[in-house]
Amino acid sequence: MFGRKKGGPGSDRHLVIIGNGIAGVTTARAVRARDKKCRITMVSGESLHFFSRPALMYIYMGHLTERDTRPFEDWFWKKARIERRQAWVKFIDVDAKRVDFADDSPSLEYDQLVIATGSKPNKFGWPGQDLARVQGMCSLQDLANLEAVTDQIEHGVVVGGGLIGVELAEMLHSRGKRVTLLAREKSYWNNALPEAEATLVGRVIRKGGIDLRLSTELDHIEDDGQGRACAVHTKDGERIACEFVGLTAGVSPNLSALEGSKIPTGRGVLCDLSLRTQVPDVYAAGDCVEFVTPEGQRNIVEQLWYTGEMHGEVLGRVLCGEEAAHDRGIWFNSAKFFDLEWHTYGEVPPSVGATPDLQTLYWQPEDADLAFRLVLRDGRLVGVNALGIRYRHKVCERWIADGLSAEQVLERLPEGNFDPEFFRRYEPAIVRSFREQLR
Amino acid sequence: MSVTLTGPAPSPHAGSAGLRTAFAVATGVSLLPFALALAGHPVGSGWVALAITFAPFTLFAMLYIWATYRGTHPGIKNDDITRGHFTGRRTAGILLGVVLTGLYTVLYFEGEWLRSVYVLLDPLSHLLRDRPADQWFLYGFLYTLAVLIMGARMFWRYRHNRYQMWRTASVMFFQLGFAFLLPAFLLAMQQPEFYFTYFWPLKPDYLFPSYWSYLWSQPGGVGAFMLVFGVAASFILTPILTFYFGKRWYCSWVCGCGGLAETAGDPFRHLSSKKYAAWRFERWSIHSVLVIITALTIWLWVGEGEAVQTGKKWYGYAVGMVLSGIVGVGFYPLLGSRVWCRFFCPMAAILGIFQRFFSRFRITTNGDQCMACGNCSAYCEMGIDVRAYAMQGKNIVRASCVGCGICSAVCPRGVLKLENGKTHADRYDGAQNPLATLLRSLKNP
Repeated sequence: MFGRKKGGPGSDRHLVIIGNGIAGVTTARAVRARDKKCRITMVSGESLHFFSRPALMYIYMGHLTERDTRPFEDWFWKKARIERRQAWVKFIDVDAKRVDFADDSPSLEYDQLVIATGSKPNKFGWPGQDLARVQGMCSLQDLANLEAVTDQIEHGVVVGGGLIGVELAEMLHSRGKRVTLLAREKSYWNNALPEAEATLVGRVIRKGGIDLRLSTELDHIEDDGQGRACAVHTKDGERIACEFVGLTAGVSPNLSALEGSKIPTGRGVLCDLSLRTQVPDVYAAGDCVEFVTPEGQRNIVEQLWYTGEMHGEVLGRVLCGEEAAHDRGIWFNSAKFFDLEWHTYGEVPPSVGATPDLQTLYWQPEDADLAFRLVLRDGRLVGVNALGIRYRHKVCERWIADGLSAEQVLERLPEGNFDPEFFRRYEPAIVRSFREQLR
Repeated sequence: MSVTLTGPAPSPHAGSAGLRTAFAVATGVSLLPFALALAGHPVGSGWVALAITFAPFTLFAMLYIWATYRGTHPGIKNDDITRGHFTGRRTAGILLGVVLTGLYTVLYFEGEWLRSVYVLLDPLSHLLRDRPADQWFLYGFLYTLAVLIMGARMFWRYRHNRYQMWRTASVMFFQLGFAFLLPAFLLAMQQPEFYFTYFWPLKPDYLFPSYWSYLWSQPGGVGAFMLVFGVAASFILTPILTFYFGKRWYCSWVCGCGGLAETAGDPFRHLSSKKYAAWRFERWSIHSVLVIITALTIWLWVGEGEAVQTGKKWYGYAVGMVLSGIVGVGFYPLLGSRVWCRFFCPMAAILGIFQRFFSRFRITTNGDQCMACGNCSAYCEMGIDVRAYAMQGKNIVRASCVGCGICSAVCPRGVLKLENGKTHADRYDGAQNPLATLLRSLKNP
């Protein structure tokens, strides 16, 4: 099927993928599923092995070994004939179609190149951000660095009120460290969670033993005189002594491999919805992509496991000559804040209570850390938020796609529950509460 | 019993570190009378000696567990397991394996060595069975004690998870009631020591002609009832319950081997091998044992003579002692808690065939929410690579799954759920025609 179109991909091509995270690996597998012949090489400086990045925290906490986080055994790559190389990229020459490496490993010539380099932690130019014992939590190297200084830590400060922030706080806490978590927002992660949920999550984090400081911003990090962090200073002028500072104020595309190359970048690697960059035969996938939106809206960067996987699947098809474009579909996401699980489907904007065209139904019992929310537009379901109760992805997606009314959702609510058998069912209480709110 | 000492490094999730250490030491010290008895010097005889030997370590072990979970928030408690002295394949774990393997070897092959220990149980044995204790009574007693103590641990550990609580209550109930008290009571009543929770082929005697004639010869019809129950359990009860609930109704709710694995074995569940090679070995080994015991049973019915008796004896040694006991339990700290159930148990093999082809049970996956962390696979005691299915959004329909529900419990994204569907036919491609799928799988093992 390849090589029929003039200039189309030939099956003896060499596909080089920079980055072996979920986006890179999904791309490689999607291509291999369609093209049994071509040569595929995956390159990563971080690790020879594909591992689950969200699982880094479980290695540190002692739930998993590093090997446990690898979804495939070594034989898998041999069988799939996906070559792997551990090396850092120094330079990408798009004219010669060649990738050079920082170490002695020989350069790779490619026919097609995929940039799937993921994210790196944001640093906002805080004084002291490059001291020792200051770091983010994105990579195996970050994990190794943290492990190396763990014995020195008695008190850690984590800066940034997002998902990685709460994970890093939980990690440190699990190893017996006192943890202070600084969040700029007035309630936890309220740029993603509605006020009620954000407040509940904040309460759960505090119950977990974390000193959560809301509406608190980092000013600078103090040097102990030996180039190591010894305290943070907040914008309010408070000094918090600590032996470790975690910077988790979000992530941004990791473009270090592209330095000096002719591949156009903005915040990320600029791509169309088929994941083509503006350079022929160069593509990108995952966190490092910045979609150029034709309508002149704000460009989109997606930094989730799930979107990385979707990008990889689309790109695999594109690379094999199929027409495919990224479509995020109905939004979904999940997380765990200490022991509180979160599932979200569709649109649940943080401002939901104050958005005039949205109606919302919200349930939160007094005696348990649980919450359930439906969001409707013009009486039709557009979003579901569940905290502490598991809800089915495909069922919620169908409800949203079909635009069910509140009443129709309430009739079907038990179908959506995904909690284990014998768990207490909250649907009767939720339905009662929602019927009252609807009246 | 030092299983109860299994403890990770101090963690703030775990109750009070000082109390834990104190109770761990106290548990260790209170094992002294037991050790003395093993060395041939029981502390005395009668109820007092029995209490001095067995009550303190039970009490301190329970206090240790209480101190571990006291004040913790209900939720998953897996901190430091990969680094734990007993749980991380470190020296303590290996020593524990050596001790357990040694105890099983002595029990099976030199049971009289344990006389100085089991005589301590004489008062209890007389009360329950109207006869003196022997090594098997000692074994049953310690086994039940382990299930109860570590079952209590499960209650604290998984108090946020009702599936785990009910399941643990069930294995504790069946071990205490049906595998310890009832057989003892039957003996006291001059009836056969029958275990209503073990069936052929796990308990192969129950379909052996010699055992049938023994049961048949019992006065009062109790033996005949047992005979009929044994047949019905293997050929009627098992297929029906497995069709509706999967093999879990037995393996992680009723069975004694499963009961020990799910309680005393819980700290070791992550040590099972997840390698594809282990799965391949498992499929050959477990079905081989099933074929052997089936052939042996038929042979015993149709044939006579020394050869078949020798076969029966060797099956008893190799499978009944070495594989189920010495390896099955002794290797907990090295290969996880289900070595016997996964690789060798012929009952699990039959239940597995039903579960794989003729059952409504499956573990469902929640859409695309999996992010491949690997907690499900790591904590699967049967070594199933659960994640491989979850990543693809596929149902998990595997012969070996005992339905313990831990994958669902440890999943941080709420992706897995054990379910009995409304039909068997919607679980995977080919499930509509189970017989054809079964035959196809035999052609391409």
